Order: sequence, then structure tokens, then C-alpha cells
Amino acid sequence: MKLLNVLASAAILAGLCSGANADKKLVIDGSSTILPVAQAAAEKYMDKTPGITLTVKGGGSGIGVASLQDSTCDIANSSRPIKGSEIAIALTKGVDPKATVIALDGIAVVVNPSNEVSALTKKQVRGIFNGSISDWAQVGGAAGKIVVVSRDTSSGTYEAFGALALMGDKMRPDAMLQAASQAVATTVSKTPGGIGYTGIGYISDVVKAVTIEGVACKKENVWNNTYPYSRPLFMYTNGKPQGEAKKFIDFVLSAEGQSIVEEQGFVPLRKLK
Amino acid sequence: MGLTDKIYKYIFMIIAFSSFVFLLGIITVLFTEGLPVFSFTSVINFIFGKSWYPTAVPPEFGIFPVILGSLIVTLGAMILAVPVGIGSALYIHEIAGEKQKMFLKPIVELLGAVPSIIYGFFGMVVVAPFVQNLFKIPTGQCAFTGALILGVMAIPVVCSIAEDALSVVPKSYREASYALGANRWQTLWKVIMPAAGSGISTSVILGISRVMGETMTVLLVTGGAAMIPGSIFDPVRPMTSTIAAEMGEAAVGGSHYHALFAIGLVLFLVTMVMNIVAEYIGRKYRIKLGLDV
Repeated sequence: MKLLNVLASAAILAGLCSGANADKKLVIDGSSTILPVAQAAAEKYMDKTPGITLTVKGGGSGIGVASLQDSTCDIANSSRPIKGSEIAIALTKGVDPKATVIALDGIAVVVNPSNEVSALTKKQVRGIFNGSISDWAQVGGAAGKIVVVSRDTSSGTYEAFGALALMGDKMRPDAMLQAASQAVATTVSKTPGGIGYTGIGYISDVVKAVTIEGVACKKENVWNNTYPYSRPLFMYTNGKPQGEAKKFIDFVLSAEGQSIVEEQGFVPLRKLK
Repeated sequence: MGLTDKIYKYIFMIIAFSSFVFLLGIITVLFTEGLPVFSFTSVINFIFGKSWYPTAVPPEFGIFPVILGSLIVTLGAMILAVPVGIGSALYIHEIAGEKQKMFLKPIVELLGAVPSIIYGFFGMVVVAPFVQNLFKIPTGQCAFTGALILGVMAIPVVCSIAEDALSVVPKSYREASYALGANRWQTLWKVIMPAAGSGISTSVILGISRVMGETMTVLLVTGGAAMIPGSIFDPVRPMTSTIAAEMGEAAVGGSHYHALFAIGLVLFLVTMVMNIVAEYIGRKYRIKLGLDV
């Protein structure tokens, strides 16, 4: 929702400029997956900290890294580790990217509750979503067509699932497209042969999350790194975070920041009280 | 003309021409943002390509399945909307008594006033599961369901424009027909329908435009698979829902962004041609009846 962002940042800017001396500025750019967290955290942070303006943008992890290289942002959000080639370019420009893990992302594979399949392997999931497996009988279920429900190609969840589960394969062309996590759940819940994927925070009672390689999609299993479809989310800064950037990242890492992480459907770094 | 008159004249002229400016702006943006995609892919590969993987590496921009999705849903919707819409118009205008007319007209108008998101939500939660169970198909979110709901949505458009067409048929036509001994049925089919024929065609074309441009409903009920459907019970993804679902996150200025604008351009050109045809037919028919152009 690029337009929304722009509007939101504009509104935030306007609100602050009309207020007191908004002399300190922080520009955050990058991953659209992390965007909702960064946005919500920025709003809270600005409420608490008068005199600072945070501008949050999200065009993708690559754009954030490019922006950090050019020193046009202070913090670059990225849903993947920065590449060696990107570090090399950054160093030639006198920028030394340093990562801080701010949250974890886990993606659940969900099926209709009436489906007798409740465990899949990584290979089976890959086959189902790339189109080489099309019948539930092939993965130990009752015979019936597998109806794959996917997110739109631009969503952060789609991108993460593509990287973690499809490992670069293309999503099968007959996959149904839903524009929101909620719509994926609704469709799978009404489709006996349906299978979809959703962020860990969006698992609901109307669908059944299957285990992957025998591991359930639970926060505990994301923390102990046994659930395969999980990944860290990063904020990159030039050198170790310092000044205003450090203060903001510290806020994201605080209990308050981590509860925002959880509210936005991600996994906090540690158990919250 | 006094000064005040002149001022008013220019104010209203600016207002009247503002539509033209808006249209010009839209066309300009569609072309300048849409055409750059052809530096990534050829026109032929864009229109007739069968794979739509805009974010893959390397990306593929084939919109043929998406165009086909729009056409199938539109065709299906018109199969429902044309007979029901025109039939309703004929009944309301020619047969129904005053009391029925007073009841039916607002009902049809109300059907047209229901926001499309309501139709979409209703379709997704109620109609799609029903279709799924009825036909024992893997998913109810398919071209058929989309066509069914869009068909209902197009009924008010077809009906009210067809009714307008019927109402401009001069009374003398009817009187002449009855005077020749024709009964009501014969008058309806042999005299009124042909006289209003081009106006009725206009209603059909505008109904098609309405259905083609509909976004929210198709996004929710057609399933959204960007592939060439094997039957009307397969999920499809019309052009509008592709743009709506993907534009939000496409990087501005990237090839995906331009490809989405190019789809918008295709959609715009198709609906524009239809509107021009509708306008042309409408004009011709008014001349035929000896009315003011």
C-alpha cells in the first residue's frame, strides 16, 4: 500500500511540523513485509518522543538497501540478509551496513479442517505449490483435487513463501489469488480441497495449520529454529546503530516495540509477558 | 452581455471542460506509464503471452489469460443481464400497470445502488460456497460465480437505459400499430422493439462496459488464477482485479508497475471503443426517429 504510506508519512510530517520544533529526522525505507511494523512503531515512537519526525517508506528490501548505500535513509528494513555484492557497493560509498534482527517471521501452511492431511514435508509443500502435485492422494489424503490459494504476487508473504517453500520455483499458474491474509483463510475454510499459506499471526480456528517435517507452526518452534518456514527480519544501519536510529531501534526491541511486532502478525524475538 | 453574465459564462465553461481535462490527464498518464513496459517485452508477447509472473526472475508479462478472464466473465454476465434487463424494461414500460411500475422501478434502481463491495462480499461468502456445492466443483470462486453476480449487477444498467429507449418511441407508432389491428404482443415485437432497437443495443454495450470495469466484485469472487481457464468453473483473473491486487506493492517505475498501467491502458481502450460505438448507435437511432440529435 504505497499510497497509504505516502499519505501516512505526509500526515505524520504535517502533524509534527505544525507542532513544535521538528528538528530531528529519521528516514526508514525498505521491505514491504516489515513496513506495517515500522509504521506502527514509528507512530507510537513519535507520540512518545516530541520533536522527532520519522518518515517510513516501503518499496522492497532491495530498494531499502540501495537507499542505505546512497545514504538517503537512516534505517533500511530488509526481510533477507544483505547480499555480499550489496555490501561491496556500500563500502565503496563509505557505508558499512550492520544488521539488527528486530522480529521473526513464520509462515503457516493451512488446509481445510475437514482435510485428513495434517502433516506435510517440505518437498510435498514445494510440489503442491509449484504444480507437480495436484491430488491429495499423492500426499496421503483422500483423493481430490488440490486447490491452491495464494496471495497476490506483490505481498510480502508471497515473496517470503516463494523464498522459503518454493525455493525459487514459480507458483503454479492455476493458484487462486487472494488480496489479504483474511481472504486466504476464508477461502480455505470454505474449500474442502483448499491449501494456502498465511503469516503466523493470522492462523485462526477456521483453518488447520499442518506440521512441516513434523514441526508445528508455533512461536516456540520459530524461536528454537526448528520450524522451516521462518526467517529473521532485519533493520540495517550504517555502522552500529547510533544516535536517533539507535533510540528508535531500541524502542522496537523493547517490550512495547515487540508487542507491536506481535500485533502486526509477526513473531517477537522473545516471549512477551 | 453584462460583466456578471460573462463571469458566469466562463465559470460554467471551466466546469464543463474540466471533465475533458480529467480525461486527457488520465489518457496521458495511462500512455506515459503504460508504454514503457514495451521496453521489457514486445506488444505481441504482452497481449498473447500465456504466463503472468511479474515478480519472478526474469519476470514474464503475458496478459492473455487475464484478457480472457475479463472476456469470459463479461460474456457470461451479459447472457444473464441482457434478457433479464431488457425483459424487465419491456414489462415495466409496456405491460405493467401504474401500481406495479411504482414498485418495480425503484426496486431495479435500488439494485443498481448496492455498492459493489457488498455484491463481492455476498458473492464470496454466500454464492461461491453455494455454487461449489451445487456443481460439486473444487472451488466456487470461479468464472461462473463472477458472471452470475456481475450479471445481476448489470441488470439495472441494461434495464434503465433500455427503458429510456422505449420511452422515446413516439406514441404515434403504437397507435398506428393498434389501428392496423395488431395486438399488444405484435406491437411490442414488430414495432416497438425495432424502433427502440438501437437504444437497446446501447444499453447492452453500456452494460458490458460496466461489467468489464467492475473490480471489487471480481477480485473477491472469481478466484484470481492467472491461467487460461479450461471451463467456466475454473478460477479466472480479470484485468481489473490484477491491477487492484498488485498495484499497491509494485515498485514505482519498475517493469511490473508499467505492466499494470499497460493492462489499464488495454482496459481503457476496450471500454472507450465500446462507449464510442454506443454513442454512435444512439445518435443514429435518434436521427432515424426524427428526433433532435
